[in-house]
Amino acid sequence: MLKIENLHVSINGKEIIKGLNLQVNAGEVHAIMGPNGTGKSTLASVIAGKEGYDITDGHITYLDKDLFQFSTEERALEGIFLGFQYPVEIPGVSMTNFMRTAINEHRKHKGLDPLSAGDFLALMEEKRKLVEIKDKLKNRAVNEGFSGGEKKKNEIFQMAMLEPKLAILDETDSGLDIDALRVVANGVNKLRSKDNASIVITHYQRLLDYIVPDFVHVLYEGKIVKTGGKELALQLEEKGYEWLG
Amino acid sequence: MEFSLKDKAITLFCENKEVIFQDNPAEVIRARESAFRKFKQLGFPTKKMEEWRNTNLSDILSRNHHFNFEAPKEDIDIEKIFQCEVPNFDTHIVSLYNGWYVSRDKPLETLPNGTIVGSFARALKEYPELVLKHYNKYCKNELNGLNALNTAFAQDGVFIYVPDNVGAYKPIQIVNILDKGNNLFVQNRNLIIVGKNSKLSFLHCDDSRNHEASFSNTVTEVFIDEGASVDHYKLQNLNDKTTLINSTFFQQEKDSQLSSFAITLNGGIVRNDSHVLLNNKGIDSNIYGLYLVDKEQHVDNRVFVDHASPNCTSNELFKGILDDQGSAAFNGHVLVRRDAQQTNACQTNRNILLTDKAKAHAKPFLEIYADDVKCSHGATVGQLDDEALFYIKSRGISEYNAKLLLMYAFAAEVVNKISLPALKSRIDDLVKKRLRGELAVCSQCVLHCQSQEQVYDFKIDMSKL
Ligand SMILES: Nc1ncnc2c1ncn2[C@@H]1O[C@H](COP(=O)(O)OP(=O)(O)OP(=O)(O)O)[C@@H](O)[C@H]1O
Ligand SMILES: [Mg+2]
Repeated sequence: MLKIENLHVSINGKEIIKGLNLQVNAGEVHAIMGPNGTGKSTLASVIAGKEGYDITDGHITYLDKDLFQFSTEERALEGIFLGFQYPVEIPGVSMTNFMRTAINEHRKHKGLDPLSAGDFLALMEEKRKLVEIKDKLKNRAVNEGFSGGEKKKNEIFQMAMLEPKLAILDETDSGLDIDALRVVANGVNKLRSKDNASIVITHYQRLLDYIVPDFVHVLYEGKIVKTGGKELALQLEEKGYEWLG
Repeated sequence: MEFSLKDKAITLFCENKEVIFQDNPAEVIRARESAFRKFKQLGFPTKKMEEWRNTNLSDILSRNHHFNFEAPKEDIDIEKIFQCEVPNFDTHIVSLYNGWYVSRDKPLETLPNGTIVGSFARALKEYPELVLKHYNKYCKNELNGLNALNTAFAQDGVFIYVPDNVGAYKPIQIVNILDKGNNLFVQNRNLIIVGKNSKLSFLHCDDSRNHEASFSNTVTEVFIDEGASVDHYKLQNLNDKTTLINSTFFQQEKDSQLSSFAITLNGGIVRNDSHVLLNNKGIDSNIYGLYLVDKEQHVDNRVFVDHASPNCTSNELFKGILDDQGSAAFNGHVLVRRDAQQTNACQTNRNILLTDKAKAHAKPFLEIYADDVKCSHGATVGQLDDEALFYIKSRGISEYNAKLLLMYAFAAEVVNKISLPALKSRIDDLVKKRLRGELAVCSQCVLHCQSQEQVYDFKIDMSKL
C-alpha cells in the first residue's frame, strides 16, 4: 500500500530524514518508536503532504502511484489520514461544519451526492458514541478549548468519520487516561481489515497491548535502524534507545 | 485656474443661504454660520493630516461635484426603487433619497411605543425645543472640515426621538439611497435621541441604485440617556465609485449601553468615524466593524472613545478581509481621562490579506491618564493560518473551501455579535456570498437586483447547523 524508498527530507537545509525505507502492506499495523526529535512527526507530515519540506532524495508510492504528485487534500481523499500529534485549534469553525464539509468532499470524490443534514447528524452521532466523545464537543469550534485528551479523541473521531485506508496516528496515545487509551485503541482496531493499514507512532509500549502491531520500527536519527515484532517494544521499554546507536 | 471644490462650496453656500436657512431657528442659523467659518478655515481633509494619512480624498475632491439645495419635486415611490434584502425582517423603514427625507411633507409619525420618527427638517419646525437641546451638541465641527461642511449645508435627514422608559418597538431602518449621482455631493444630518431606560435598535443602510459616482457626507448625532440601550448597525453596500464619509457622534449617559456595528460589504471609499463620549458612570460601549474589501476599494474606520467617567467599559473589535488591491485602515483612539478610574478598555483590529497587493494599516492607540485601569490593544495584519489550513486540507477539504471556512470563521466573530436574528442570518449570508465573490458578479445593481435569490451549492451550509 505504502512504499517509502531511500527518503531524504530537509527543513531549511537541515537534513531530518536520512535515507528511510518502509513498506506497509494492506492489513498491517506498524508501530514506529524512537527518541524525541528523530523525525517521526516529520515523516508523518511528509506523507500527509505538508508544505515546507525539501524532499532531497527518494520516493514514496501509495497504492502504486507516486505520492508526491498529489496535494494534501487529494491524499486525504485517496484515503490517507493523519492523526496530529498537536491537533490545531480553529476558532470559529464548528466541528459539525468542519466534518460535514469534509464528509461531503469525500462523497463528491467518490461520485456520491452530499449527505442530507439529517443523515449527516445521525452519522456524527453514531461515531461520536463510538469514540465516547461528549455530546457538547461537537457543537464547539474545532479543538478550541478542548483538553489534551479531548483533542486526541477528536482525532480518532475524525478518523472514524472518514474511514481512511491508511491511518497515521502521531502519538495519539500521549496524555490519555486509561479509558481514553482504550477508546483510541478501539478506534484503530475497528478500522483494521485486510484492506486497510495503520502506522502508529508512540513512545509507550502500553498502547501496543491494545493495538497489537505486526511490526515495530525504531526511528533513530532519521533512519529506521531496527525492525521487529511486538516484543521489540518491550525491549525498548526496558533498555531505551542507546544500545541501538 | 485649477478647480477647487472648497471654493465652489464656499461660493454656493453664500449664494444659497436663503434656501439653506429657510425655516431654521436662529440657533441653527448661528450653528451653520459658525461651522461655515470653520470649513473655510479647515477645508477638506488631506493626507497630511494624521487622521487622514491612509485615506486619499484628493482625486475624488478634484471632481466638479454638484450640490442640490432643493428637495426633488416629484414624489418618490421608495418601494419601487428599494426592497430590503433582509427576509423576515420586520423594521420600520424611513428613507432618504439623495439626502432628502422621502415624503417630507408628511408630519412626523408617532409609533405605538411613543417614538417619534420623521424628517429632520420637519422636526426642526415641529419640535424645535427637543431638537435644539441636542442638535450640534456632539458633532465636532472644529476637528474635521467635512463635519463642519455638513453642519453648514445639510438640510435634511432623519430624526428619531424615543421617550423615557419605553421598551423596544421594531428596529428603525434608515435607508439612504444614492441615485442618479453623476458626481452629486449629498449631505444629510440625523439626530437620534433615546430617553432614559428606553431601548432602540436602528439600522443605517447606505445603498447605491446605480453605478454613478457620488459623494455622501453624513453626520449622525446620537444621545443615549441614563439606563438606555441602543443597538446601531451601519450597513454599507455602495457601488465602487461612491465615496461615503459617515460620522457618528454618540454621547452616553449613566449606565447606558451601546453596540454599534459598521459593516462594509461594498463601496468605493468608505470612512466610518465613530466618536463616543462616555459621560457618566457604569457605561458599556461596544464598537464593532467588519469590512470585506476587494478590487480597489478602500475602507477606513476611525473610532475615538472618550472615557470621561469612572467605571465604564469600552470594547472595539474591527475585522477585515482584503482581496485584490483593496486597502483598509483602522485608527482607534481610546482616551482615559484622569478621573476615569476603573476603566476597562479593549481595542482589537485584525486583518487578513488575501493578496500581496492588498494593504491594511492598523493604528490602535491608548492615551491613559488614570492609574486604576485595564486596557489592552492589539492589531494584526496577516495571511490565513498555515497550520490551520493544513489541518483542514488533511481532512480532504479543498484549498478553496478550507480558505472559505477560515475566512468565514474570521468574520463570524463579529457577525455573531449581531443581536437581531433576521439581520444576523442575512449578514451571514452576505458575508458568505461576498467571500465567494458572488456579490461582485452581480454588476447590474450592486446588491438588490430584483431577480430572485439564486440557489447556490455551497457545501458548507452554515445556516442549518
Ligand atoms: N519547521 C521546522 N523547522 C526547523 N526544524 C524543525 C521543524 N520541524 C521539525 N524540526 C526539527 O526536526 C527534527 C525532527 O522533528 P520531529 O517533530 O519530526 O521529531 P519527532 O520524532 O516527532 O519527535 P517527538 O517524539 O518529540 O514528537 C527536530 O530536531 C525538530 O526540531
Ligand atoms: Mg513528533
